[in-house]
Amino acid sequence: MKYIDEFRDGKLAQSLGAAITREAGSDRRYSFMEFCGGHTHAIARYGVTDLLPPTVRMIHGPGCPVCVLPIGRVDMAIEIARRPGVILATYGDTLRVPASGRLSLLKAKAQGADVRMVYSTQDALRLAEENPDREVVMFAIGFETTTPPTALAIKQAEARGLGNFLVFCNHVLTPSAISHILESPEVRDIGTVPIDGFVGPAHVSTIIGSRPYEFFAEEYQKPVVIAGFEPLDVMQAILMLVRQVNDGRCEVENEFTRAVSREGNVKAQALVAEVFELRREFEWRGLGTVPYSALRLKDRYAAFDAERRYALVDRQVADHKACDCGAILRGVRQPADCRLFGDACTPENPLGSCMVSSEGACAAHYTYGRFRSIRREAGVGSGVR
Amino acid sequence: MKRGFTRALDFRHGHVEMTHGSGGRAMAQLVEELFVACFDNEALRRLDDQAQVDVPPGRLVIATDSHVVSPLFFPGGDIGCLSVHGTINDVAMAGAQPLYLAASFILEEGLPLAELRRIVESMAQAARAAGVPVVTGDTKVVERGNGDGVFITTTGVGVVPQGVNVSGSRACPGDAVLVSGTMGDHGVAIMSLRENLSFGTTIESDTAALHGLVAAMLAAVPSVHCLRDPTRGGLATTLNELARQSGVGIVIGESRIPVRGEVNSACEFLGLDPLYVANEGKLVAICAAGEADALLAAMRDHPLGRDAAIIGEVIEDEHAFVQMDTAFGGRRVVDWLTGDQLPRIC
Repeated sequence: MKYIDEFRDGKLAQSLGAAITREAGSDRRYSFMEFCGGHTHAIARYGVTDLLPPTVRMIHGPGCPVCVLPIGRVDMAIEIARRPGVILATYGDTLRVPASGRLSLLKAKAQGADVRMVYSTQDALRLAEENPDREVVMFAIGFETTTPPTALAIKQAEARGLGNFLVFCNHVLTPSAISHILESPEVRDIGTVPIDGFVGPAHVSTIIGSRPYEFFAEEYQKPVVIAGFEPLDVMQAILMLVRQVNDGRCEVENEFTRAVSREGNVKAQALVAEVFELRREFEWRGLGTVPYSALRLKDRYAAFDAERRYALVDRQVADHKACDCGAILRGVRQPADCRLFGDACTPENPLGSCMVSSEGACAAHYTYGRFRSIRREAGVGSGVR
Repeated sequence: MKRGFTRALDFRHGHVEMTHGSGGRAMAQLVEELFVACFDNEALRRLDDQAQVDVPPGRLVIATDSHVVSPLFFPGGDIGCLSVHGTINDVAMAGAQPLYLAASFILEEGLPLAELRRIVESMAQAARAAGVPVVTGDTKVVERGNGDGVFITTTGVGVVPQGVNVSGSRACPGDAVLVSGTMGDHGVAIMSLRENLSFGTTIESDTAALHGLVAAMLAAVPSVHCLRDPTRGGLATTLNELARQSGVGIVIGESRIPVRGEVNSACEFLGLDPLYVANEGKLVAICAAGEADALLAAMRDHPLGRDAAIIGEVIEDEHAFVQMDTAFGGRRVVDWLTGDQLPRIC
């Protein structure tokens, strides 16, 4: 099959693995953070770590849109969905995100709220056209990749005079999250998270280009290699990162040249800039409140803003006390380190957000890799970890 | 023809009405003119409330299955033939020869009689082709809005021949794991029609009755340990069920699992894994390693097993993990399905 199997070729993977092992040597250790959940998923699903030498460690970053969605925002989405006459349109991943009071959108749906799963904002727009007497609210989440389609839908709704189409905007920004991690005490001072470089986002970078990462490479002296979401992309990026570290270089390199340019998708950027503006601050699950890290609708498009129409108030809700999602999202801990992992917290009953989406570090480890934890713990006799 | 002095059912323009389930003349007419006429067999013609049939000696197998698939008609089949195949396969997976079916219909007021007839005719044809008659049934009608056209529950009985002992709990370390053909066809065919993700595809549902294939397999290798049809939840779910029931682990090789290119592509852009997509005409078999080649040859000789393959082996594992060597060169867990990948697939 064209363009799928080519990027999953086992023989090429073996030779890349051998090259990484050869060039990494055994004298030093390398820790790279893959920012995106898409990379986390690919690494777990294809067993990429089996092909890496023990000296190269991958740290899962916070780039999973569902994982960083704080409980308070999901509560607000449920509140919207329960309003009479409202249809809440949402991407499938957010349906099971745990909210306050043991609720989730899926459970709210079972209790009578009208929640519809959509594949794109265009589906939500269609719902609004087909249900003129209802208000259709798109639960818009995600990084720079999903933001332009939301902006487009708002502009289309305006052009078509669809006053019943609204957006509950939760779009967040990748560069702010990366700076936040690099500024965190664990990385900066204590050194508990030794990050030697980043595997940079694939789809996000198609929109924002490779330029925004130049600041991190320069200011924080961390190499960045932008990589596609296929497993061979990830392996190639790791090899490029090892080479940068060995050469003492801190550059932005682009492995994903088939889709990413330095400038990115200028049209999409313009569209986003036209409809959205920066929020002063936004709560991220795991990272806390991050300044200028998210978007909201500009005044010009206030009529389409669900937060304003329903006068919703942002509220912060604490995560489960024992949940390590925060530390896992910052790379401080690994999924199997969490006390709840595999006991109280499973994909069927996720307590923390990292267990919800297949891109979450905990779900990926649970679904694809938990037999490794058992091997490590052999003899300890614990349950599934 | 003035038979009973009633006007014949209008299969061109008529719709299901509440009276078709109320036990009166309208219901009797529907039963006679549609169900008895289509399923036509001696037991049904007696019009008793139950069927009386002869059963050969042996262990009796009973299986029941409800069908709520949406849409009712899909590439390669419809809810009618699916409801026959699904239950026949459940009986056959015990190694049994399926003998009779019972069918229960929940109809929604307003369903066009033309659609109902198409469905019943498809059921009748599937039952005839399989040699397993529908010998008794029931009809209920619910108000418009309380159903989705038609739901069909079928129950099947069959008899296990002497010397056959097939169960999901019989997999042993060292055994070979086989599948009878390509994975994921049914699920992708259904998905291609769903309202909010319609896409063009040439993939047809694989819906089929597998008892003929099972008989051929048991004739070649009577000691087959496990048989199961990987329907909802796909191959991954079935392997996990078998591993847990038998208290063993299973290791499969990704590159050994047959999957159509079109199915792979569709799954790729829908974000699905073909291992979790439903099948309706495929089975998983586990047998002693020494007999795997003979079993594979018997499967490939049968039209429904032409693409059969040995995909892995059973290992000792107290955690009952299903693992897979990826084509990429790594190894990962193939876990239970989480959540609902696609509702109302069968």
